[in-house]
Amino acid sequence: MNATRTSEPTPVKNPTTVERKSEREFVVTRTFDGPARLVYEAWTKPELLKQWWAPKSMGMSLLSCEADVRVGGVYRFVFGHEGSKTMAFFGKYLEVTPPSRLVWTNEEGEGGQAITTVAFEEKGGKTLLVLHELHPSKEATDEAIGFGEGLRETFGQLDELLVTLRAAR
Amino acid sequence: MVQYNNARLDASFAALSDATRRGVLEQLGRADASITDLAERFRMTLTGIKKHVGVLEQAGLVITEKVGRVRTCKLGPRRLEEETAWIERHHQLWDSRFDQLDKVVEELKQKEKTNERNKNK
Repeated sequence: MNATRTSEPTPVKNPTTVERKSEREFVVTRTFDGPARLVYEAWTKPELLKQWWAPKSMGMSLLSCEADVRVGGVYRFVFGHEGSKTMAFFGKYLEVTPPSRLVWTNEEGEGGQAITTVAFEEKGGKTLLVLHELHPSKEATDEAIGFGEGLRETFGQLDELLVTLRAAR
Repeated sequence: MVQYNNARLDASFAALSDATRRGVLEQLGRADASITDLAERFRMTLTGIKKHVGVLEQAGLVITEKVGRVRTCKLGPRRLEEETAWIERHHQLWDSRFDQLDKVVEELKQKEKTNERNKNK
């Protein structure tokens, strides 16, 4: 359950680490070459979020981005993925502590809400970011990324197959 | 690294897109089998089953070994694990997001520096 992937360290790029902590949670870590207040700013101003949240290299774009970053405030991001139908990502902020901590819910999934906690820790002018995502169930964790139905279906088939294979061992 | 893994995932999914090939994997999950065994079980010609096994082999899902006149098939060492695929997807998403965030942070830093300089003028 504790498989980890780290990108190749290069002089210009900090590695991103993804670790699945349990069936319902995973943790992503990454260091940024800047003070926490700037990294935090990039997570809390919609016009800045818009510049990085949608991974362009994966064919995604952010069509709209609204975020009322205060306790109880709501956010709503709408994604487009290579001409297929749009996807909305929404929820509300539970904790807003500049420049060190953000907690929000994610409510578009079926079967309950997910909770994301992002901690920004500054050290020597750099910021260590730790993102923790807790899902309501294993199924919801598996489905955490919606890249469109095609891929989801493929992974669904693969999951079934792997369950069968594992049971057969 | 990530690209290599994407190519691997593509090959794996392509291999898994066919019902017979999924059947072959299930079968090999239970026990190793020869090409002849598989051809009989799936009611196919030797050439037909060899083609499917070849696709699975290229994706690293199956390995084959010829001993004497019999070619034995078994699940490959690079058998695609659900966990690995899951981690890979998340890694790809966050890594590309954070590359973009790097640029935003760099721009904010530059802006701050410029403002600082202007203030001191």
